[in-house]
Amino acid sequence: MKFISEFRRSELAEGLISQIHRQSKTPVRLMEFCGGHTVTIFRYGIRQVLPQTIDMVSGPGCPICVTANADLDKAIALSQIPGVIIATFGDMLKVPGSRSSLQKVKANGADVRTVYSTMDALKIAEADSNKSVVFLGIGFETTAPTIAASVLQAEEKEIRNYYVLSLHKLCPPVIQAILDSGEVKLDGLICPGHVSAIIGSHPWEFIARDYGIPCVVSGFEPLDILQCVDMLVAQIEKGESKVEIAYRRGVRPEGNQQALKLMEQVFEPCPARWRGMGEVPDSGLKLRQEYQRFDAELAFDIALSPAYEPAGCICGDILRGVKTPLDCRLFGKACTPQYPVGPCMVSSEGACSAYYLYGGDFGG
Amino acid sequence: MCLAIPAVIKLIEDKEAEVELGGIARRVSLWLTPEAKVGDYVLVHTGYAINILDQEEAKETLRLLREIAEVAEEEG
Ligand code: SF4
Repeated sequence: MKFISEFRRSELAEGLISQIHRQSKTPVRLMEFCGGHTVTIFRYGIRQVLPQTIDMVSGPGCPICVTANADLDKAIALSQIPGVIIATFGDMLKVPGSRSSLQKVKANGADVRTVYSTMDALKIAEADSNKSVVFLGIGFETTAPTIAASVLQAEEKEIRNYYVLSLHKLCPPVIQAILDSGEVKLDGLICPGHVSAIIGSHPWEFIARDYGIPCVVSGFEPLDILQCVDMLVAQIEKGESKVEIAYRRGVRPEGNQQALKLMEQVFEPCPARWRGMGEVPDSGLKLRQEYQRFDAELAFDIALSPAYEPAGCICGDILRGVKTPLDCRLFGKACTPQYPVGPCMVSSEGACSAYYLYGGDFGG
Repeated sequence: MCLAIPAVIKLIEDKEAEVELGGIARRVSLWLTPEAKVGDYVLVHTGYAINILDQEEAKETLRLLREIAEVAEEEG
């Protein structure tokens, strides 16, 4: 068992596909919340093998895409403070804020370093105690525990020049906001696998119960997605709405208790700004009072000008599932992965990038 | 961004494990999975093992998928 190749076997995929075709009678719209799922769906052409009855729409599950420009501007402003080193995951570099990007300020001399892990950021802080290292805390519940762990490690090792700009986002509250807006009607939800590896499947239950929408947690291989769609269709055709896990090898109903414990020890929920959705209550994480000395927003005076969005970019609407990249008149013309205008084209998990790179499925 | 890759633990030292990722040895933190043992497959996300993969569940899922494929073939 290698946990990868087994879940890409085409003969098993064919079985699932024919079962889905046999079962699916009612026209339905399913949303894949997670950008990682969007990539699998496009890379393996999953939309094309599904019956006409199934309409798939991409959701806001790309932490880079949903980071509001006002928050990106904060990261960029921090990089301009003398003595500050910005440590970030690489995917953030090219994302345009209102006036610049981390890549541009880096080219102009700001100390911006790409790290693979928060552990690398801690090492940078330890190696240079005269500088302040600010880690850009961007990510969902999958990533937040790793950042919580870095704060606890910094405390344990008495690293005093390590800070976090906490722009974390929580998934269940934003799905609730999308459903409450009534803008997009959904019949089933493909729940994010690695967010659920941490939080478990229980936090999705309100969607099945209160909104009557079947929820299935999926992994990231093509068989995982097909199995998830099959389980959603089965629920829909039986008139059921419950939470199930298709990704049982990676997700337990109760999640990862240790990760949740560390996350809750360091962070508490707060309102957060989402691109395209505005402020959503309890959908962000801020450092608890005991750990406030790690909070970059409190430690530094961040000078900010008003934020604005790139002209013509409709990422916000795409993230809410209201429009597709094909509705954007810049798509593939003024906006390409090489010269991206908005974050959904920059991020490898953004819907615009998936449409562009794996094309061939321009039916929406 | 929530990408997490399966990797097998080769050895454990303190709160860190050595895993093999795409043929390359890497150190990952076990802060989030302190119960992980040598030989376990873990999901690695940004240098942390975020969960231990369940071999039995994986086998069970594959068994189920094979059953579905057999039925499809019979009906096919
Ligand atoms: S194609 Fe480019 S400009 Fe249009 S919505 Fe996507 S990222 Fe924005």
